[in-house]
Amino acid sequence: MSDHATAVSETSASEAIIRRAAPYRLPAGVVAAVVVGLVLTYTLGGRDPGLVTQSVVTGLLLGGVYALVSIGLTLIFGVLGVVNFGHGAMLSMSMFIVYWMTTSLGLPVYLATVVAVPLMMGFGMLVQRGLLNKLTLEGNHEGPLLVTLGLSLLIINVLLMIFGGRPLSVPSSVEGSLRVFGAIASYERMIAFGGALLVALLLTLALKKTSLGMSIRAVSANSQGAQLVGVNVGRIYALTFGIGSACVAVAGGLLAPFLSLTPTVGEEFTILAFVIVVLGGLGSVVGAMVGGVVIGLVQTVGALYLPGTGSLILVFAVFVLVLLFRPQGIFGANR
Amino acid sequence: MSLLQAEGLTKKFSGLTAVDDVSLTVADKEFFGVVGPNGAGKTTLFSLIAGEVTPTHGRIIFDGTDITGWSADKVASVGLVRTFQLMRPFESMTVLDNVAIASHQRFRSRSEARRHALAVIERVQLERYVNAPSASLPTAGLKRLELARALALEPKLLLLDEVLAGLVPTERAPMIELLRELHADGLTVMFIEHIMAAVLALSERLLVMHEGVELALGDPHKVTQDRAVVEAYLGEDYA
Repeated sequence: MSDHATAVSETSASEAIIRRAAPYRLPAGVVAAVVVGLVLTYTLGGRDPGLVTQSVVTGLLLGGVYALVSIGLTLIFGVLGVVNFGHGAMLSMSMFIVYWMTTSLGLPVYLATVVAVPLMMGFGMLVQRGLLNKLTLEGNHEGPLLVTLGLSLLIINVLLMIFGGRPLSVPSSVEGSLRVFGAIASYERMIAFGGALLVALLLTLALKKTSLGMSIRAVSANSQGAQLVGVNVGRIYALTFGIGSACVAVAGGLLAPFLSLTPTVGEEFTILAFVIVVLGGLGSVVGAMVGGVVIGLVQTVGALYLPGTGSLILVFAVFVLVLLFRPQGIFGANR
Repeated sequence: MSLLQAEGLTKKFSGLTAVDDVSLTVADKEFFGVVGPNGAGKTTLFSLIAGEVTPTHGRIIFDGTDITGWSADKVASVGLVRTFQLMRPFESMTVLDNVAIASHQRFRSRSEARRHALAVIERVQLERYVNAPSASLPTAGLKRLELARALALEPKLLLLDEVLAGLVPTERAPMIELLRELHADGLTVMFIEHIMAAVLALSERLLVMHEGVELALGDPHKVTQDRAVVEAYLGEDYA
């Protein structure tokens, strides 16, 4: 008996400390960079502090929106290795589903969102089962790229056919805003931020605690190993794409009240969502949340100095810097 | 009655015949060894039986059911489970979670699956690593984890692909002892191994493969004396 124990441990007697995996500790560097950036802006920035506070609040809330859009993308990217070019179009699609339910059926926008979630989940599972599974199971990476790009064109044009190209707006159900430290935060954006937090939390818990979540993580870590312990990888792929699409539906519903809807509205988020996913670490839900907030802050606070789309330059500068020092992203696993 | 029956298994990879018309049966509770020089087709034979690769010809009957062409997860779910020579743990997860995923295929309830996983981990003597991330295990630990994950599925037939490879001699003995215990408890095992001492110590019957075909099959001690077998391993001069 003691022989067996030594056999296992002798190569690692020194590192045999059993440590709990703690993957969600916020890297100190990121916190420090954000704090230093904000302090510098307040003290040496030469802008009115009230204006800066407004930018920070707007940035945080915008970051929540970005995070919401990125969570589904990172899940699909992380587990299936599929770069879903249809992500933006599916976001538009969810918004129009919500729009249709609020205008034609008279549902309140947030109730319509709840209805849209299972619809989009079913759609996502159908897409993965019908169009992508054969390719992903073969380990083909270019195929899904083309298929999802084609799908995105299809969705956008169908939306254009049904709803036309004029900007539409969803009737709001929660008007008004809150004052935070003298800055204005609209309720709708705060709900979107809260929704993002909730989705990130639920998803993280589900991935850690449920048997489906464990299977998803197993497939993500090693699909062949997962198959050998009896996990049906094709089914997990479909479910993961479905869950990713459900997240997109939540994003669509929560964003719809403060955007003007056109069939390409979702596309505008796609590039930033990809930046956030890579920044946060592929497949990390918490990473998407943190990455979203960082990008949101950089964009709005940066806009104090570089007006218009100029602040996007800063966004990409931050992106390049992070990748330089942490190529795996903020929460990415070392590979 | 035989648990596994393979008839005329053949696998061709564009021009190369990796496994050529191999037939075998593995009886219930048998310890069946497979040896052969590198490239003999041993691992491909396992992949065929485990459903990862579809045979070009031939049939596989397991426990009375024709499982030819079944997917690997379905084959695993009926109790035919393999391990890999190169371990494939779920690196970001703890040892317990690695095994619990497999246990979950047998037990619906989370607490039952965890209890079962813990028992299996104890069986392979990995209990001190229960909460350690699997990526932190040394090679000997990873081999045991690979075994634990397979055992958690409660296999009827376990296919082991070189569980002793990469272990230093002092680590081999306890692993061989563990395999012997598992077999004594009634597990049917089919294993590929290069370490002849282990092969002779454990196998009840031995298949020798060479260039995809069966070279010899039978009693391990007789088979290893076979002229054709010695030739395949050492060259004609030594035969």
